[in-house]
Amino acid sequence: MTAPVALCRHCGAPLGEGGADRDGFCCAGCAAAYALISAQGLDLYYRRRCLDPTVPPPRPAADDVAAAWSEHVVLLPGGEASLSLMVDGVQCGACVWLIESLLTRQPGVTWARVNLTTRRLALRFRPDQTGPDAVLAPVLAVGYRLVPFDPERLESDERRRERALLRAMAVTGFAAANVMLLSVSVWAGHAQGMGPATRGLLHWLSALVALPAIVYGLRPFAASALTALRAGRTNMDVPITIGVVLTSAMSLWETIAAGPHVYFDSAVSLLFFLLIGRYLDARARGRARNAVEHLLALDARAVLVIEADGSRRLVPPRRVAVGQTVLVAAGERVGIDGRVIEGCSDVESGLLTGESVPVAAAPGSLLYAGTINLTAPLRLRVTAVGEETLLAGIVRMMEDAEQGRARHVALAERVAGWYAPVVHLTALATFVGWGVLAGMAWQPALLIAVSVLIVTCPCALALAVPVVQVVASGRLMRRGVLVKSATALERLAAVDHVVFDKTGTLTAGRPLLCRDGGWSEDDLADAAALAVRSTHPLARALAAAAPQARPADGVVEHPGQGLSRPDGVRLGARAFVGVPDSGESDGPGLWLARPGRASVRFVFADAPRVDAAETIAALGRLGLSVEMLSGDRPAIVAGLARAVGITDWRGGCAPADKVARLTALAAAGRRVLMVGDGLNDAPALAAAHVSISPACGADISRAAADLVFQGAGLAPVAEAVGVARRARAVTGQNLALSVGYNLLAVPLAIAGVVTPLIAAIAMSASSLLVIVNALRLSGGRR
Amino acid sequence: METLLMLIPVALILGLLGLVGFLWSLRSGQFDDMDGAAQRILFDDDDDAPPPPGRRQE
Repeated sequence: MTAPVALCRHCGAPLGEGGADRDGFCCAGCAAAYALISAQGLDLYYRRRCLDPTVPPPRPAADDVAAAWSEHVVLLPGGEASLSLMVDGVQCGACVWLIESLLTRQPGVTWARVNLTTRRLALRFRPDQTGPDAVLAPVLAVGYRLVPFDPERLESDERRRERALLRAMAVTGFAAANVMLLSVSVWAGHAQGMGPATRGLLHWLSALVALPAIVYGLRPFAASALTALRAGRTNMDVPITIGVVLTSAMSLWETIAAGPHVYFDSAVSLLFFLLIGRYLDARARGRARNAVEHLLALDARAVLVIEADGSRRLVPPRRVAVGQTVLVAAGERVGIDGRVIEGCSDVESGLLTGESVPVAAAPGSLLYAGTINLTAPLRLRVTAVGEETLLAGIVRMMEDAEQGRARHVALAERVAGWYAPVVHLTALATFVGWGVLAGMAWQPALLIAVSVLIVTCPCALALAVPVVQVVASGRLMRRGVLVKSATALERLAAVDHVVFDKTGTLTAGRPLLCRDGGWSEDDLADAAALAVRSTHPLARALAAAAPQARPADGVVEHPGQGLSRPDGVRLGARAFVGVPDSGESDGPGLWLARPGRASVRFVFADAPRVDAAETIAALGRLGLSVEMLSGDRPAIVAGLARAVGITDWRGGCAPADKVARLTALAAAGRRVLMVGDGLNDAPALAAAHVSISPACGADISRAAADLVFQGAGLAPVAEAVGVARRARAVTGQNLALSVGYNLLAVPLAIAGVVTPLIAAIAMSASSLLVIVNALRLSGGRR
Repeated sequence: METLLMLIPVALILGLLGLVGFLWSLRSGQFDDMDGAAQRILFDDDDDAPPPPGRRQE
């Protein structure tokens, strides 16, 4: 059962030296989870599962605060209750099977189903027999995280629109196939001398099938065209709608008049092709948004409020009142702004300030929403909630900055801007030319004018851009990059300057011990013996550097200061161990003092992500200049800049400084890609030409960014720029193909020689051509 | 030509059947979880299948 490399039997994490004596488990939680699964006879899970290294392993969290499930339980008629939850940690089909088995084997549970695509769990149970806490306990114990959500809110308009598009696609697809079948017989009949009565019958049948489908399938386009026209603009949907309506009307007229040519097949297959493009586009965007929503919901934590009578309850952050007392446990993120009234701890405010070193918090100090309380529980008196918090102020700054970006007009819209008038004027000129100059009767002249509209109907043109978008974002999604905004790839292809944040973006956001020669292995072993007892990030980094260290006994943690042992060994801040302050301040460090020996200093640095230097070199090869803006101290920023090969850097930047720098760059004509993760980056992300945020970043920065990348490396950033540029090239080719097709077909149409057969072939061929060209993006070399 | 009178309705009805089948499967939520459905089949054990949801939850 045990693998050759010692891995935890439950979560699959590599075991350290002490793994053997814990029976092959990394922690007590994993051992309990394994026992639970075995007791239920669900061992099959371990044989069938395949762990995905990019997803956090299913490790039970000891400090997870249970959510208030009961608020989200919906009572159904018939005595059942339902609960909708997002599940974190689902990796493959085995997880789905395990969760469903754990739930459905309990009495009172009537239905449990995990959706692997959306990572959501639908649960139904009988509230008179069981409660949500009891039902969900085994799933939590195995190590999945559950977050309740409101299905009404997430079942958004977008999702409904996506389903409507799929239905319209199915209906027009059915009609297109059948009408084309009838049309082929009509075309064959032209050659073999089909009688006018049979032709009339086939035309009427085509009309019967096509017209309802056109009415049904045209609605999304007509609605969008109407909205645009009301706003005094024009978009690609205007010529589509006009073209399809005119084609159908003219074909109906021809059918009634028993004429030889009807274009129902062209109209329906045009709609079908366009709906395919629309649907794929909507689905790709929907998937990316879904993934981001999932990340956002998992971060929304409740606040533990202590009432005047001493009772405690969990409350969503926005429902906390100013003046209430709030308890923030060690390791928890602070949800409100507040002043410490009790307790001493270390607080990491990296998300707000970009500084990687925790600061001490004692009664009287002010904490902001978004900071993380590290070492000891704190009681806070709430000073601001919701809109009043510093966090909300940053959000407002972000919203202001975002308005600038809304001005970017997508390429397809710009093309549509001149395309529609040109096509309609050409058709009008054809009508006037044939009717007035050539003296033709108005009906045949109108027929020719409408056939111009039909062949120019922007099938290829309307597909040229969205299909490329779909293929490119699909490819990026497989590489762990989520494209959230519709025009993100277009903007990304145009960037010429990249601005990186430091903490958590270029670096992993975790301090690492520097081997600078100021200490010996003995010193490290002594220090690590104390450090393993603490959860402070610097202590953890120290303990990680000496994995063989044995924990010392009797260690006392002094929150905000350090650790001590009864025999006088102390590890911690300079003042705590009694080293005189020399006035210099160069990076985070811990001091070790032992009776009778000189004190030793351990220096830490935030290590760059493994492929940071490579990625920056790759960006340089793409012709981009790279710059680093950080809220951290200049000395630290300079050191990291040297390590990863950035020559242009600025330290000590407040959020407003970053926005000012980006505005200055934009004013100088640079198109800037901003890569950042923290709350302090959010306004800068919104102000940049285009922005990317890592998936591990703060929720606000993920919301502000156009793209979100997952994984431990930075390589997706360079990959995204490369794909965006190739997408731009393919879009250009597609537009050229469409224009070339129109240059070929329009003269024929104006000359009045386009028959339905030619129109159908030309339209399908040009559409397929642009689709195939776009598909080139998905495969091949990286 | 008389065969047309039979073949065209047959073709249309068969096509319609396919369309109705697709719309039904869409409505009953069979396209909601494409990844899960592919994997679920591998874990079919002796448990009774969960009862069908009847109507998709809105």
